[in-house]
Amino acid sequence: MSTPTNVASLYDVASPRTATTNARRAHPTGGLGLSLEGITKTFGAHQVLNHIDLDISAGQIVSIVGRSGCGKSTLLRLIAGLETHNAGRIDTNGHPLAEQTRLMFQDDRLLPWKSVINNIGLGLVGDWKARARDALAEVGLLEHADKWPAQLSGGQKQRVALARALIHQPRLLLLDEPLGALDALTRIEMQQLIERLWREHGFTMVLVTHDVAEAVQLGDRVIVLSSGRIELDQRIDLPRPRRHASPDVGAIETTVLQHVLGRNEHDATVFPASTPAATSIEGRA
Amino acid sequence: MTHWRTQALQRFLPWLLPLLIVAGWQLSSSTGWLSNRVMPAPGAVVEAAWQLSRSGELLHHLGISFRRAITGLIIGGGIGLVLGMISGLSRWGETLLDSTIQMARNIPHLALIPLVILWFGIDETARIFLVVLGTAFPIYLNTFHGIRGIDRNLMEMARSYGLTGWPLFAHVILPGAMPSILVGLRYSLGLMWLTLIVSETISASDGIGYLAMNAREFMQTDVVVLSILLYAALGKLADETARLLERRWLRWHPAYSKGAVT
Ligand SMILES: Nc1ncnc2c1ncn2[C@@H]1O[C@H](COP(=O)(O)OP(=O)(O)O)[C@@H](O)[C@H]1O
Ligand SMILES: [Mg+2]
Repeated sequence: MSTPTNVASLYDVASPRTATTNARRAHPTGGLGLSLEGITKTFGAHQVLNHIDLDISAGQIVSIVGRSGCGKSTLLRLIAGLETHNAGRIDTNGHPLAEQTRLMFQDDRLLPWKSVINNIGLGLVGDWKARARDALAEVGLLEHADKWPAQLSGGQKQRVALARALIHQPRLLLLDEPLGALDALTRIEMQQLIERLWREHGFTMVLVTHDVAEAVQLGDRVIVLSSGRIELDQRIDLPRPRRHASPDVGAIETTVLQHVLGRNEHDATVFPASTPAATSIEGRA
Repeated sequence: MTHWRTQALQRFLPWLLPLLIVAGWQLSSSTGWLSNRVMPAPGAVVEAAWQLSRSGELLHHLGISFRRAITGLIIGGGIGLVLGMISGLSRWGETLLDSTIQMARNIPHLALIPLVILWFGIDETARIFLVVLGTAFPIYLNTFHGIRGIDRNLMEMARSYGLTGWPLFAHVILPGAMPSILVGLRYSLGLMWLTLIVSETISASDGIGYLAMNAREFMQTDVVVLSILLYAALGKLADETARLLERRWLRWHPAYSKGAVT
């Protein structure tokens, strides 16, 4: 495999972030910026992450794509503090990372024995009911407050999980393929919801996805992970909300997909990015 | 209208067979085909129940048996629950306790009766001790497996939301293990009555088992049958209690909720 060229260097990772094209309601605390320096993780003899350097500026959406098993979840879990790394450090400029970070999983992980509203209040003390209802209203599920998770659809459960994360007012939201199990229409609705909530709350967001179209749709940047390294770091300065399958979006999708598949000139012609099937690396879960 | 009728029929249908049996029973008794020595007439059993209730004897023995059963269950179930939680929650606890308990579990507890009589004589302690032995193991086993069976992903999620210690136990571990614990409780309730029947029949001066054995000596088959029916009724009561707890504590579970599709 040839070394990654031009694209990554064109969009210098370390350069200061240009102003977004969208006005944004300010968060009381704002997003959390963080930088990973030389993060290395091994499971036994298997090196999953190999000296990852990554600067994420406050308020950015960073999409991470890559083949199954390339270490995306591991990277996210490291940031969330659910795994420990073998070498390197995560710098948050002195902010306590764990308290200001919330991780959303591919499966909703709602407690089946708690009603929707009580799931949202998990881990909260004091008078949280009103706040929980606000959070539930934000994801449009207020009327389902007293239902059991088993009574909700997959998309609704993920929205509850999102509300559960948001009530903690995280400054960093980590999403690990949260939409992977949803049908196409629900997925698009959820993407719009996530983008809206991000605009309103102003948190930093790291989104792991196997859907290149989704990564490009939402990300200020798309990172391609491969063999434990960053294979591509692609800036996306297109205005939001982005139109699906517009030429600009399509061009970036093609680039990203080429890198995911192992940059090969031949492959590029075989997988036109505009067909939805080609943008999914792992298929639906 | 038809719907209403179907419902009424459905209510009635389960009672049809028992009613026919009792009717047939009464018929064979009154025609003399079934000897009173073998089986008393249903009317005689009702009569015995009436007599014993009036004298207060029935309630006395019933109360004593009930108290023994509950005392044994609370002690045995409590021990099973606590030990199950220790093994379930800590690897050290499991290493220390589990193999011993698994070994002890394989001894049929009723086989210990001679030994128990040697230890405690035939007094109250002996009978309660046997019930304790009978009820502790099912609850231990199911508590242990219930805790170990909790979805690891849910545990990880709870930890990432800052839950540790008591909140983690109260919000995640205990409710997660509850379906399994209640299965253990059902088993224990069954064993509770079985153990009590055996121990009261062998050695007691009161309780329903005593009532039955005493009546046997005087060939009062009506009282013997009455005692058996009482045990059945108490067993049913215990089962209904367990069901009630399931419906209450496992409301969230699709399999236990009212509108469950069976
Ligand atoms: N707890 C673990 N123990 C051992 N190996 C693991 C563990 N977690 C992940 N791995 C391995 O690390 C690699 C990356 O896993 P993961 O980060 O889940 O990949 P992705 O999310 O990109 O599909 C895989 O090869 C996986 O088998
Ligand atoms: Mg993963």
